Amino acid sequence: MASNFIFPADEVELCEAIMSAATKRERLAIHGGSSKRDVGRLVDATRLDMSTFTGIVDYDPHELVLTARAGTPLADIQKLVAEQGQMLAFDPFDHGPLFGRPAGQSTIGGVVAAGAAGSQRLAFGGVRDHLLGCRAVSGRGELFVSGAKVVKNVTGFDIPKLLAGSWGRLAAITELTLKVLPAPRLTVTLVLTGLDPVRAVAAMTAAMASQAEVAAAAHLPGTVAVTALRVQGFQASVTARCALLTQCLTVFGQLESVAAKEGEAIWGALRTLAPLPSDRPLWKISIPPAAGGALVQQIEKTGAQWLLDWAGGLVWVASDEPALVRSAAAEAGGHAMLVRAPPAMRDVVPAFHPQAMGVAAIEQRVRRNFDPHGVFETGRF
Amino acid sequence: MPEPDAAVLARRSEIAVALRAIVAGEGVIDDVDALRVYESDGLTAYRQHPMLVVLPQTTAQVAAILRYCDENRVRVVPRGSGTSLSGGALPLADAVLLGLAKLNRIVEVDLANRVAVVQPGVTNLAVTRAVEADGFYYAPDPSSQIACSIGGNVAENSGGVHCLKYGLTTNNVLGVELVLMSGEILRLGGRQLDSSGLDLLGVIVGSEGLLGVVTEVIVRLLPKPETARALLIGFSSVEGAGNCVAEVIAAGIIPAGMEMMDRLAVQAAEAFVKVGYPLDVAALLIVELDGSEAECSELIGEVERIAHANGAVSVRISQDEEERLAFWAGRKSAFPAVGRLAPDYYCMDGTIPRRRLPEVLTRMAELSNQYGLEVANVFHAGDGNLHPLILYDANQPGQLDRAEAFGADILRLCVKVGGVLTGEHGVGVEKRDLMPEMFSNVDLEHQEGLKHAFDPQMLLNPGKVFPNLHRCAELGRMHIHAGQVPFPDIPRF
Repeated sequence: MASNFIFPADEVELCEAIMSAATKRERLAIHGGSSKRDVGRLVDATRLDMSTFTGIVDYDPHELVLTARAGTPLADIQKLVAEQGQMLAFDPFDHGPLFGRPAGQSTIGGVVAAGAAGSQRLAFGGVRDHLLGCRAVSGRGELFVSGAKVVKNVTGFDIPKLLAGSWGRLAAITELTLKVLPAPRLTVTLVLTGLDPVRAVAAMTAAMASQAEVAAAAHLPGTVAVTALRVQGFQASVTARCALLTQCLTVFGQLESVAAKEGEAIWGALRTLAPLPSDRPLWKISIPPAAGGALVQQIEKTGAQWLLDWAGGLVWVASDEPALVRSAAAEAGGHAMLVRAPPAMRDVVPAFHPQAMGVAAIEQRVRRNFDPHGVFETGRF
Repeated sequence: MPEPDAAVLARRSEIAVALRAIVAGEGVIDDVDALRVYESDGLTAYRQHPMLVVLPQTTAQVAAILRYCDENRVRVVPRGSGTSLSGGALPLADAVLLGLAKLNRIVEVDLANRVAVVQPGVTNLAVTRAVEADGFYYAPDPSSQIACSIGGNVAENSGGVHCLKYGLTTNNVLGVELVLMSGEILRLGGRQLDSSGLDLLGVIVGSEGLLGVVTEVIVRLLPKPETARALLIGFSSVEGAGNCVAEVIAAGIIPAGMEMMDRLAVQAAEAFVKVGYPLDVAALLIVELDGSEAECSELIGEVERIAHANGAVSVRISQDEEERLAFWAGRKSAFPAVGRLAPDYYCMDGTIPRRRLPEVLTRMAELSNQYGLEVANVFHAGDGNLHPLILYDANQPGQLDRAEAFGADILRLCVKVGGVLTGEHGVGVEKRDLMPEMFSNVDLEHQEGLKHAFDPQMLLNPGKVFPNLHRCAELGRMHIHAGQVPFPDIPRF
């Protein structure tokens, strides 16, 4: 494991640290809150700690943008925007609980670098859709700016999109600007019960095709399977849209509104993945949503356990069978990421789904652009 | 623009023959008169005959054309419908213009996954036309949506009046089929929400035709909102209108559209379409709300209250679809309407933080006096995207140059107050030389490096976006210590 630590005090020291690593043939693993450190292969790299880059740089709620340093705890940012009646609409996903760690230790830089979005990603888009601009130091040891601090911008290549979900392989983000949106005044969770996964996905598909503007749609199997739909917004509108959904989904059964606490428990389960066993390898499968039901029926036969989110487009799977999971994801038109596994499995099974050769080659060239010396090539992925 | 390559020009007929072997018959245009059709795009101040035009009909033909051009070092300029407002599709004298208009099929509508798979030459509006009977639509709606192509929208990351709520093109595209300059065909993204590995799709959208040629696009479809209603609100001051916009957002309302016009734009629009705009206002706001009937009714009331609290001098609420469309008719014809005030106009596209609007407009009025040219303003007020329209007469010596200098000063002002050079029209040729206002050399080098990764010979749409595109070897300076390349195990390209 990492033998050395670097704590750069500012961007100048960060540039120097990366430059020095390049000349010393040292490799750097970027750390924020370390909540995702057990994703990917174990690496032998110097730990580049970004926790000194903290603080809100600018937040004007009326402009719908927030600029913060990358090491700022996610929890601080969520508290700040909530106080202004706003939210990070991509619904940040906290990896801590998946690894038996407390929630709330993620930094905003880590969330962005992992592209970690939650249930609401279905309706509002992912981290990529809300990341407007970045300051970052690339593997060249150079500080560069990309994007901007306004919500609408097409000036130059959209590098923030590349940095979102790059898992620290291109640059160390020091500061980032996110789009924020008004938080809903009212949130209601509606459930259907007892559907099999194929029927559940059909119900969620019907809900998404309706004018009810569903914010999140998930299905949890169990003694009594629960299909949950979240409707949020202004009071009168939520009431009208809930009525519309009830009407649209009659053929799937009686749609019931649940108490706020019960609703929160459902969405909380999709954040912590508590319904899945914590001692089995965990996979995140992203597929065309309509394929979700058939996919889980297929892998269930191999002993896999699962949860469906994003109206069927996201499948969390606990399975010990890498080949089966990857082929099922690929056949459904998507891909599977290995999120959690014992070190022995992580050593031989790459975290990312293998790519087509041409895409892998261009990705490699893109990485060389940002990191010509391979400073961030820790072998983790 | 890059110097035309005399050696390539000398091989023009040979290149035409080679392209005809790929696309037979009328798919290759070399007749000088016929080439004139392609000499400019929506930015008509710039004109250039292309060397040749080729109009492929399949992805395989696109790949073969690009491979041939790459192997023979021939530059290529891709073009969709030619509606770019920044010269993104401006031809080069020594380049093949690759027109994608014939790739115009809607390949598949997949309502279960809420996507449509379309070829790049399909027009923006045609996507909505193909799915509206099923209650869906494609959200991005650039003003040129009758004509502009999805391929062009992807290249420019096009917006529209509804992008505050529904996002730009990049937020509404899930996948593409992309042909690299080498002729290699890649698929990025798909019908799922997240892509695997680096988000290359994210950087392709908005890359202005410099990284690859898109031959198929998977777009997200949304259910059409139940209803839409609009308010037409007049203010005696720009500040009042600006405060109203800020307070609507502060109230937690994200309108489907929120547009502002200044006095000159309002008067020009009313004279043109006569829809009953108030003429005695300093600023006019159109606020559109969409969604359920219940939501629209509730929010209309709230916006009306905010408008009055900020000193609105007139408020009209659309009572039916006809009236709503009438409110928009003036705004949507603002460009041609302003075009009637002078022989020519020059449309700018900066974005600013909204709170800086009053000072930007004040400074713009000063610049208007300084340059002796009038300016009308239409403004996507919700997202801070400003379209100043500078009026001039190209037949008066020096006026075009003055208009361009005025425009450049406006964009510098946008950057100075914390904004950007372009909110939705793209950099293209027009704003290329202003890029250093916003980005340092190091910033630009990181962007140019992407160009090298996708198109090492820099043959695809050169002369656009970057003021001075460096060759690959000049970038990514290697820090070689004691004669050794660090990490020799890593492949380099």
